Amino acid sequence: MHEMSLVEGIRRVIEDQARTHDFARVKVLRVEIGRFACVEKPALEFAFDVVMRGSVAEGARLEMIDLAGRVMCYDCVAEVEIAERLSPCPLCGGGRLMPVGGDEMRIKDMEVI
Amino acid sequence: MCTVCGCGTGSVEGHHAHDHHHHHHHPHDHGQDHGDLHFGQGPAGVEVAGMSQARLIEIETDILAKNDRYAAANRARLAELGAFAINLVSSPGSGKTTLLCRTIEALGAQPLAVIEGDQQTANDADRIRATGAQAVQVNTGKGCHLDGHMVGHAMEHLDIAPASLLFIENVGNLVCPAAFDLGEDCKVAILSVTEGEDKPLKYPDMFTAAKLALLNKVDLAPYCDVDLDLYEANLRRVNPGLEVIRVSSRTGEGMDRWLGWLQGRLAQKSARAAAE
Repeated sequence: MHEMSLVEGIRRVIEDQARTHDFARVKVLRVEIGRFACVEKPALEFAFDVVMRGSVAEGARLEMIDLAGRVMCYDCVAEVEIAERLSPCPLCGGGRLMPVGGDEMRIKDMEVI
Repeated sequence: MCTVCGCGTGSVEGHHAHDHHHHHHHPHDHGQDHGDLHFGQGPAGVEVAGMSQARLIEIETDILAKNDRYAAANRARLAELGAFAINLVSSPGSGKTTLLCRTIEALGAQPLAVIEGDQQTANDADRIRATGAQAVQVNTGKGCHLDGHMVGHAMEHLDIAPASLLFIENVGNLVCPAAFDLGEDCKVAILSVTEGEDKPLKYPDMFTAAKLALLNKVDLAPYCDVDLDLYEANLRRVNPGLEVIRVSSRTGEGMDRWLGWLQGRLAQKSARAAAE
């Protein structure tokens, strides 16, 4: 639901960059999204197309780079990567896992002309 | 629509009547229009640079960096005051407002203030004010969460005394408010026994972000065929460090533990402020 808000934040960053770096159009925008970030990727893509209309990033390609979800296992005290939020610990099979990384939502870079 | 800042579609409603949606006392950097604040509208104001070569611009900026700046400003202000701020998050109908009313009544003379977030109506702020506490209602319009900017404005409408408790009742929503820092000391998630034991597994982000979960309406447990231990196990499955307190606003069960938790955290925070 809040993907629209996130993309409005992205548009502001792009507009600030456009003022600083003096470019006409964004071709590609790369964002890094952690597996545990509260972001639904198709919703972000949809909102991106809508919100960028009329901006220098209208028609730009949005590339989303997945960042791994890292958790601390409260049973074996290891820091491990898991693919799904409710997956068990790959080392000990424990289920008590606390996220320690993977909530990133970052604009990495963009290709402009 | 402007759900990042809420100024376009949202409103702040305080004790006193306003003839406009809200004030802007503090300097900020969003746009030239000082009446209403809009993000992402109008042309970018960019001159065509005449460059034909594509180039790469490194940005490395968090998408929520702007929200986080507002949240940091709120947090700094609360630290100066030694005030402890709780961001109350839950699904709609979990009993947040009733629990808050009972909490305020039980706290007696403790200085406190309340920010109420909802999409529409001032019903909740009215209920809080009926207890004698000061409250400000933030209507987010179409927005699904409070953000740092809205809370900063709402704090301007409140007289937050040193060593106060500030309760921020977020929009009832188990998804979006998890991502938005308001400058609070911690999130407290409220989960009522009528919602089902697997709610924490279905919506893990909110319960992961919380320090404390209040398992509310426990007086209804016998009528709902629910397993309170399973509720707690599922909460700790998604957040092994989570504290859980079973409460009932109706019978008062568990309220002493909840009040003790609040008073302990507030005492630590105000002691820190006094030492600095």
